[in-house]
Amino acid sequence: MSVSEDSTSAHIQKSHLESAIPDERKPRENWARRSEADYFADTVKLFRQGRYDSDSFRRFRLQHGAYGTRMTSDYAMVRIKIPAGVAYPHQLEAVARLSEQYSIGSAHLSTRENIQLHWVVLEDVSEIFRGLAQVGLTSREACGNTVRNVMCSPLAGVCSAESFDSTPYAIATARFFLRNPMCQNLPRKFKFNFTCCEKHGMARMVDVGLIPHIQKSEDKDGSLYEQRGFKIFLGGGLGNRSFVGYQLEDFTPEEDLLYTSMAVIRIFDRLGDRKNLARNRMRYLVNEMGWEKFQNLVLMERAIVRSTQSVVTRLKPDHRPLEIKRPIRISELNNNGTQNAGYARWLATNTVAQKQDHYHTVFVTLEAGDITARQLVSLAKLVRNYSCEGVARLGFAQNIALRYVHKDDLPALYDALIDTGLAKPGALTMAAPIGCSGTTSCNLALTNSHRLAKEIQRKFLDLGLDQDGALADSAIKISGCPNSCGQHGIATIGFFGGGGRVGKDMYPSYSMSLGGRSDDQTMLGQTCARIPAKRVIPVILRIIELFRENCKTDDTLKSWIHRVVAGAEDSAISSIKDIQRELRPLLTPPTKDEDPDFYLDYGSDVSYHTKTGKGECAA
Amino acid sequence: MSNDNSNKNKNDGSSDPTPVTTTIDALRSLVRDRSVIVIDVRKPNEYAKGHIPTAVNLPLADLLADDSPKQVAKLAGSLGIDDEADVVVYDDTFGALASRIAWTLEYIGHKRVVLLDTVFDQWRSLGLETDTAAPSITAKNHTVSETPGILATHDYLESAVGNYYDNTGAVLIDNRERLNYLEQHIPGAISLPYRTLADNDNRILRSKSDMQRLFANRGIRPDSEIITYCGSVGTLSGLGYYALKSAGFSNARLYVRSFKEWKSLQKPTLTQPDANYWDLSAE
Repeated sequence: MSVSEDSTSAHIQKSHLESAIPDERKPRENWARRSEADYFADTVKLFRQGRYDSDSFRRFRLQHGAYGTRMTSDYAMVRIKIPAGVAYPHQLEAVARLSEQYSIGSAHLSTRENIQLHWVVLEDVSEIFRGLAQVGLTSREACGNTVRNVMCSPLAGVCSAESFDSTPYAIATARFFLRNPMCQNLPRKFKFNFTCCEKHGMARMVDVGLIPHIQKSEDKDGSLYEQRGFKIFLGGGLGNRSFVGYQLEDFTPEEDLLYTSMAVIRIFDRLGDRKNLARNRMRYLVNEMGWEKFQNLVLMERAIVRSTQSVVTRLKPDHRPLEIKRPIRISELNNNGTQNAGYARWLATNTVAQKQDHYHTVFVTLEAGDITARQLVSLAKLVRNYSCEGVARLGFAQNIALRYVHKDDLPALYDALIDTGLAKPGALTMAAPIGCSGTTSCNLALTNSHRLAKEIQRKFLDLGLDQDGALADSAIKISGCPNSCGQHGIATIGFFGGGGRVGKDMYPSYSMSLGGRSDDQTMLGQTCARIPAKRVIPVILRIIELFRENCKTDDTLKSWIHRVVAGAEDSAISSIKDIQRELRPLLTPPTKDEDPDFYLDYGSDVSYHTKTGKGECAA
Repeated sequence: MSNDNSNKNKNDGSSDPTPVTTTIDALRSLVRDRSVIVIDVRKPNEYAKGHIPTAVNLPLADLLADDSPKQVAKLAGSLGIDDEADVVVYDDTFGALASRIAWTLEYIGHKRVVLLDTVFDQWRSLGLETDTAAPSITAKNHTVSETPGILATHDYLESAVGNYYDNTGAVLIDNRERLNYLEQHIPGAISLPYRTLADNDNRILRSKSDMQRLFANRGIRPDSEIITYCGSVGTLSGLGYYALKSAGFSNARLYVRSFKEWKSLQKPTLTQPDANYWDLSAE
């Protein structure tokens, strides 16, 4: 059995093995700064020794991406930024390892392309920073009053409706503002969202939303030329009060992108409300000032920024494309297709054909964004083996996309996803609800929105509702409180948590809104009714039933609800009032004796009562 | 600290006279010299498929069947281990089972026992030599000289553990996974999941300086008395015990009957209240 008798050191052989990993892409950006780990560890010690006051410490902690945890100061949530959602396989592996070491063995994907590690001992946070720095990641400015993670559509670069790939601009914007002195102490957090097209983004529901656009212009001698730029939307956002953003101008050429971003941040920094924490996102400033005035201010400020910046202040998008290379697998696959059932269903509901011939983008849906360390490691391997661009892209719906999957590889990828428990269908349908972390970890939460999202997903998949094309373009989104981390305002059917009461007995409930959307007709959902938590699923199913009874040919649930909400529907259900009437029988609370379960939240066996701590969204 | 300079080149400048682990390279030369007894803690069928040359098999279950000092000494003797033998223990479960065996040998007074610093899977993936046959063993005699200073009973634990935040009494470390700790733990315990102890490079324990920094961040001083525990039989916490020793925290004890006994005795436990943390788990 003797395999190796030579005297070569085992470690030399090992490093040889490591270098044999094929096609590992090196990240182009290093977001980390190693010294921040030591600094954070030292500051925690000073804080524990009482030599750092708690308000200053909280600001410091948030600036570095460590958020507070429900009802305790001993734990933090570390929010790892994935700028533009671009995650390399070895980075996913590092996050997996860190989650096992310092968190709960699962990571949570947010709707903002962050990966969150929850229930981290405050004293261990610096160890996570250290581990992140080894793979070029950071949580710096993932919380606090800063420019948060710069988002980019997971389809940017492959979307058939886009003008051009916005990813390089998103990354350059993230690079420019990270640790930039001009945005270390804004009145409040500030978010950028780059989309690919009108349909796939959230350009109007964020401080600065950008849609790539090409304008054809005439130059002096009359010949046509194309110019890259953006449609920029300002002052939108979801929250306790949500607003839809306004378009700054018809077209903003790419060379003005940075100046525009800087101008907006400067105005917000100067004029934003620093006192009233509940009303100080930029959307409130825009609302109070009025759009026209704000718009003029931005245009004037931009002229100042443009004329006063040194020539080195440039956005530097890296336009070198990622190499698209179909990985060679050791065990070459048979192309006979998959033996596993459910392939057609998965193919229809989880994949999108790219604008590049033969390639698909595959969405991996998770339960409310949760993924185990083991699954993350498997996913990293699948990215290496199946994505011809060799990176994963985090999405806007607590999901992950593998892009540039060759169509011939789809059956094999499906089989591999089944093996790791990541082949749930319905990723791009209503059967993939969003749920914020809720009472699993958040101080502000009133209900377990996280678990409710999982329950709805399980029910929908059981009933096969992901296969109903008429439901596909609808969305269910759930927040555990009115603050909208679950983005309920832009959902076809949205929920935010609260408490209901029968006599002295409290029960968990949700306020339901209908008709929200985030596309080119972005609007906020309209409040419909308060739904007890344990009646949410029956209520959704009843609405689907009403839709099926009253829809017209070619209707989708989304289009039907929009007509109802707009009062433009002529069937028996012609307004929100009619829906309220139909739902009423489901909403009467039973007594505690009749149905004790009604008074428990999902995942809890003790009587429901609302309990919240101090939020840190504004700090 | 005084030896730091002279020992610069080995074991991260360790001044610890008895390192708790040995490397693959060191073990290979010991095996070649036949100057070590290697214990493979895996199950018999795994051992039979291939093990480090000369290794004897001692599945943890065999030890746990009766881990009274007398019986352990008998078991050690039957594997050819006398009081002076150099022993190296390995497993395929991140060093936890190996730790439990090593600790038990230490408890009966065996001083020359260390852990392999990696797992068998790593040995195999490096393509190193393996045997399938069991070695011939000459039985030896092992005496019993109990070392109660490395053991914590539940009585001892209750009397010794202090308030972590006030820096009083012994520090109690729970080496189970974080969710288990949040759900229920011994009052006064702090959570340090066993995964935290390994390094990122397949070694069962991180380097001494990394380990020291981890404990220093937690405010644990080298002179603190520390007790480790885990879920049932002292495996994960056995690794915790050796992690402490590797960092030079010599005043460490293992609550070997761990949380299983604690619960069966209906001792008080604590829960992290007001949060549905299990629902965050993707399992």
